[in-house]
Amino acid sequence: MSPHDGAPNEQAASRERDGRRAPAPEGGGRRAAPPVIHMHRVGVRLGDAVVLEEVSLEVAAGCFLAIVGPNGAGKSTLVKVALGLLTPQRGHAALFGEVAGAHPERIGYVPQLKTFDRTFPATAIELVSTGLRRRWPGRVTRSERELARAALSRVGAERLERRQLARLSGGELQRAYLARALVRRPQLVLLDEPAAGVDYLAEHDLYDLLERYQGDTGATVAMVTHDLAAARFHADRVLVLNRRVHGFGTPDEVLCEPCLEAAFGHRGHHHALAF
Amino acid sequence: MSLAGALHLAFMQRAVAAGVLIAVMAGLLGVFVVQRRLSFLGAGLAHAAFGGMGLGAFVIVSTGLLASGVGLLRHPVWIAVPFSLMAALGIAWVRQHTRLSSDTAIGVFFAVSVALGVFFFSIIPPDVNLGLSLMDLLFGSILSVTRPDLLVILGVAAVSVAFLTGAWGRLGYATFDDELARTDGVRSPLLEVLLFACAAVVIAVSSVVVGIILMAAYLVIPAASARLVSRSLLQMTVVSVLLAVLSTLAGLALSYLLDVPSGSTIVLTQAALFVVAAALSRRQKAGAARQ
Repeated sequence: MSPHDGAPNEQAASRERDGRRAPAPEGGGRRAAPPVIHMHRVGVRLGDAVVLEEVSLEVAAGCFLAIVGPNGAGKSTLVKVALGLLTPQRGHAALFGEVAGAHPERIGYVPQLKTFDRTFPATAIELVSTGLRRRWPGRVTRSERELARAALSRVGAERLERRQLARLSGGELQRAYLARALVRRPQLVLLDEPAAGVDYLAEHDLYDLLERYQGDTGATVAMVTHDLAAARFHADRVLVLNRRVHGFGTPDEVLCEPCLEAAFGHRGHHHALAF
Repeated sequence: MSLAGALHLAFMQRAVAAGVLIAVMAGLLGVFVVQRRLSFLGAGLAHAAFGGMGLGAFVIVSTGLLASGVGLLRHPVWIAVPFSLMAALGIAWVRQHTRLSSDTAIGVFFAVSVALGVFFFSIIPPDVNLGLSLMDLLFGSILSVTRPDLLVILGVAAVSVAFLTGAWGRLGYATFDDELARTDGVRSPLLEVLLFACAAVVIAVSSVVVGIILMAAYLVIPAASARLVSRSLLQMTVVSVLLAVLSTLAGLALSYLLDVPSGSTIVLTQAALFVVAAALSRRQKAGAARQ
């Protein structure tokens, strides 16, 4: 696992945009499984602002990746590129060796909870079943209900099944969203600041649940977080991002003074380095 | 004549049929209008229909279509529908491609459409008989629905109900969380354009019957009442359609019995049902708090 650099391959990028298979990573004679996340010199502009520039990385199966960086660093934009919601103007992004967005059923996504509309009439079981049906359910079928119950149980939230989403606390809502992401048994779990707005205990429950799921299934986890201590403790790879990659490696390699100072631009992260 | 006797009259039967069809369309559409916080859209598109009617009336008069043997061609609605459609697509484009919010985009089209409507209606010679008064356009004339009008409404209802029920799951998902739906392959920008287009056609056709001013209420009040007493989107959809149909039938009956314009009695019935729903919602909340 290393930042990928080299000349951009326009033909390969064009093939990816056409929805065909992305080029296999360079390697030995045996055909290796493609990396779960592959980004090559990704560049994104939103209006006049350069949000991502020359971002290259490869994440192998079974990795727990934490993406850290200051506000406005492009972390959420990177997640959107990985999900296929944003097409980069430069470079290319592939998941499981295919163009990003080609296989939503293999990805479990947990969005930032602040986007949730509390006026929407829905129960937790309906939300979880969207992870199976990929559309809003009129009636949750018996088989969907069983799978959704199992997913809620996995995250310790079986009692929430019939509860209205509007009445859930931040931590309960986060568990419901996590159950929605896990119900389809994804090979990649992508989380965008999942701990924002939840208390300390709920945050650590979340990390434990993710580690347990990863241990059971061998899935890859990629999580945007502001919590450098959580990144150090739970992740086995950390991407330090501020528009461009400032560090990509093990927590010990990149959660260090020079790397963080380059990304954050000040020394306010000392408390996190104390862990 | 008694109410039961009145139901044997052809014009009353056409009014009931047109009212029920409009109620079903508005009840279904209203769920997405209310949950997407687009209540102003109904008013905006209804007023766009007014601009389209003005343009239509001017075209009919100035091109001699008023003397056409084809009834529909003498009606400005065939220009109001594409005009409203253009306005809806314009609002969707502004929402998706600029930093302006929905209400600003709708406000712009609203004002321009009313100005166009007033402009065109005022340059039509006053002695021309369009068979449609300005009051009819503003407040509707459900009792004067003709058989061709009813067939047009039936056609629009068939297409719009097919779209809204067929795309219900994807529309619901995108309404709940647009980003989440797109990560699951739902093409929500296209769905939004289709939803707006559907709303434009339904509103333009229905405005002739229930009036421009009251059409916005049709899209909002039954769905808002349904939201107050529903625990799921499916329940909200079913209750919204039922309340729209019930208020239409009750409003028409009251209109006949009290001899007042039907548009006002329909909307006032909807408002009464909203008050009942709000009271039930308070009781439900109080019950839940005690548990």
